[in-house]
Amino acid sequence: MAAFGRYRWHISSLPASVPAIFIGIVLWAASPHGVGAAEPETLYKRCATCHEIGEGAKHKVGPHLDELFGRKAGGLDDFRYSESMRAAGEAGLVWTADTLDQYLERPRDFIKGNRMSFRGMADPADRQALISWLETATQQAPAADPTVEEVSTSGPVSGFADIVLQMDGDPEYGEYLAGECVTCHQASGHADGIPSIVGLPKDYFVTSLFEYLNNVRSNDVMKLRVANLSNEEIAALAAYFSSLEPQ
Amino acid sequence: MTGLTRRQFGLFAGASAAALSLPTYLRAQGKPRVVVIGGGAGGATAARYIAKDSDGAIDVTLIDDSEMFTTCFFSNLYVGGYRSFESITHSYDTLQSSYGITKVTGRASSVDRAAKTVTMADGSSIPYDRLVVSPGIDLIWDSVAGYSEELSEIAPHAWKAGPQTQLLKAKLDAIENGQQILMVAPPNPYRCPPGPYERASMMAHVLKEKGLTDAKVIILDPKPKFSKQGVFQEGWEKYYPGMIEWYGPDVHGGIEGIDVNAGTVETGLDTFKGAMMNVIPAQKAGEIAASAGLTDDSGFCPIDAASMRSTVDEAIFVIGDACIAGDMPKSGFSANSQAKVASMNIRGDLVGSKVFPAKYANTCWSLIETGDAIKVGAQYAPGDGKIASTQSFISQMNEEDALRKANYEESVGWYAGITADMFG
Ligand SMILES: Cc1cc2nc3c(=O)[nH]c(=O)nc-3n(C[C@H](O)[C@H](O)[C@H](O)COP(=O)(O)OP(=O)(O)OC[C@H]3O[C@@H](n4cnc5c(N)ncnc54)[C@H](O)[C@@H]3O)c2cc1C
Ligand code: HEC
Ligand code: HEC
Repeated sequence: MAAFGRYRWHISSLPASVPAIFIGIVLWAASPHGVGAAEPETLYKRCATCHEIGEGAKHKVGPHLDELFGRKAGGLDDFRYSESMRAAGEAGLVWTADTLDQYLERPRDFIKGNRMSFRGMADPADRQALISWLETATQQAPAADPTVEEVSTSGPVSGFADIVLQMDGDPEYGEYLAGECVTCHQASGHADGIPSIVGLPKDYFVTSLFEYLNNVRSNDVMKLRVANLSNEEIAALAAYFSSLEPQ
Repeated sequence: MTGLTRRQFGLFAGASAAALSLPTYLRAQGKPRVVVIGGGAGGATAARYIAKDSDGAIDVTLIDDSEMFTTCFFSNLYVGGYRSFESITHSYDTLQSSYGITKVTGRASSVDRAAKTVTMADGSSIPYDRLVVSPGIDLIWDSVAGYSEELSEIAPHAWKAGPQTQLLKAKLDAIENGQQILMVAPPNPYRCPPGPYERASMMAHVLKEKGLTDAKVIILDPKPKFSKQGVFQEGWEKYYPGMIEWYGPDVHGGIEGIDVNAGTVETGLDTFKGAMMNVIPAQKAGEIAASAGLTDDSGFCPIDAASMRSTVDEAIFVIGDACIAGDMPKSGFSANSQAKVASMNIRGDLVGSKVFPAKYANTCWSLIETGDAIKVGAQYAPGDGKIASTQSFISQMNEEDALRKANYEESVGWYAGITADMFG
């Protein structure tokens, strides 16, 4: 059972879903009155850059989420999961409202070394709303062959980010500029404490950089980097990183 | 050097396909050769980037005096008990097996700039077309009267990681309640400006964990102020009340000398006595830089801010602690950043690849106590004839716990990232 020590959840705490729900209720009650959760469709937009759901859903950066509830973590044969995600499934992790709630709060902590570059959803009310919506929205059949090659570029993009997305970034320049990024974001796509940016879709990549620039996201290290990048440089970096495959 | 010759022979035999794509003048002479002196933050990165980005078109030899490299970065976390010694020690195996770099273990004793060769301590010589010099620092032993290399076996500096760091930890672990540790901090410029103060925090952490709250760390500093001072002192107050005392020259009146055997430091004000001493002397570029004639009066090497090329010799690039990097601090992050600019220019010189404008960056994290790390960072570009800071940030007092914890996680991610970037 040694492997369990690596994950935040423990086999011993799995049957004890009562405390987990209890914590959920306490947090729910503690969220300030009048400030309800955001619309689940809007919340899901944060996932949609990487995940498809609904009739005929395919894999994108992340696996399709159809028939998610009750599914073993890392359980789809035709998606390339990280070893950590597969191992978590092998060790008994199954997606339920509870386990999803914990995963979405802090994905990187819940399963160390998993590849999902999503920082987490801090507000318990938002998570609750999104998860109940997903329970219905994922009850459909995925595509017969959910493996697709092309990377989609749909998703919410602000005006400036849009301009950058129209530009043809120079991947060779991107590779040189990336030298600065890979001191922190490992070129292999491995993540320990800093998210992986290898293979991120261009729109997600560019939008998140603009979010640091516009103070929607607040990490000092990233704000400093982005403040010193021109639009050409962001486009070049997006072209380079989106062309990489995690190893 | 028979190993080296055999290896180069093998490389030549397999190189014909790659050589065909080279300009004719290079094909005639065989592959261009880059030699890197120093396999640390600057040198290992430079070797890896030149080998990786030239796809075998450049022959890279990396010289370091050790088989394994222990990073100074995170060595304070080893002192604090957060990391094992093994976890901060790295091998050069991947650089050799996956990047085709030739690693030579031994000491480079001189550089013949006219003949473009590096002479090794064993008398062998290694020719180069471009030389990267990244030897880090050497200590100016007599900058602290009464200190010497021999005495560092009793009063460790631990400013080069390895056995010195292990000695420092062993001494720290033997401290008893009520005893004092004396740290003599270095004058500017030195590698890792926040390093001494992170170290004092880690020492106090170890003492506090063991319940030795009547033991003390006394820092005697030749500088009137230090990096991230406000946030450090706020942290000391919060976690280690009464356990860390810092004295600048206006209080102690100048450090006059030390007596290692007696465990005393003589200052203008008073004589301090400790059960253990950590003496960090003044610093200069690694010896080889001076013997190659690359240093100026400051003891460090002037470089061109746009390329990291030595202003003395255009076939030589000096990076890391040994160079004069303008506004950039001497750090592993800086050395790694400078290595990439140097590598790009070297590839430009030797195989005509594109050279983009230079950009540099640094971020340094310091751990004060479990879950509480602070950081400082900046971006740099060539300007005013030096590497100039374009923008910066620094941790503030009274920050949220969650932010400080995130800083720590970030630093762990950075350590994994930079070591993968250095050693493959
Ligand atoms: C306690 C401490 C904490 C630190 N913490 C941080 C931190 O958190 N973050 C950070 O960014 N930096 C940190 N640093 C600074 C960082 O370690 C240095 O700035 C960095 O290692 C400099 O890289 P370099 O390539 O110039 O030299 P080094 O990394 O020192 O590498 C030089 C190598 O060359 C070898 N060498 C020298 N001369 C010769 C020769 N003639 N022949 C053969 N080999 C030779 C040396 O043995 C050494 O292996 C810290 C330093 C200390 C002391
Ligand atoms: C930047 C891309 C990205 C975003 C945004 C993202 N994910 Fe993921 N997600 C991934 C990747 C990649 C994986 C696979 C992780 C692995 O293998 O380690 C994954 C895995 C998952 C899994 C596990 C699936 C399985 O089959 O085991 C779930 C559940 C999930 N994500 C839900 C979400 C939800 C809900 C959101 C939005 C709140 C979201 N993700 C946002 C990329 C993303
Ligand atoms: C000093 C370390 C460091 C460097 C250098 C760095 N980053 Fe980051 N980056 C981070 C951290 C830490 C985060 C997570 C911040 C957060 O929580 O918002 C991050 C987040 C990101 C994200 C968002 C990822 C996600 O999953 O949402 C992108 C995109 C990104 N960085 C791109 C870059 C690019 C491009 C560069 C180089 C120009 C770069 N970073 C350089 C530390 C760094």
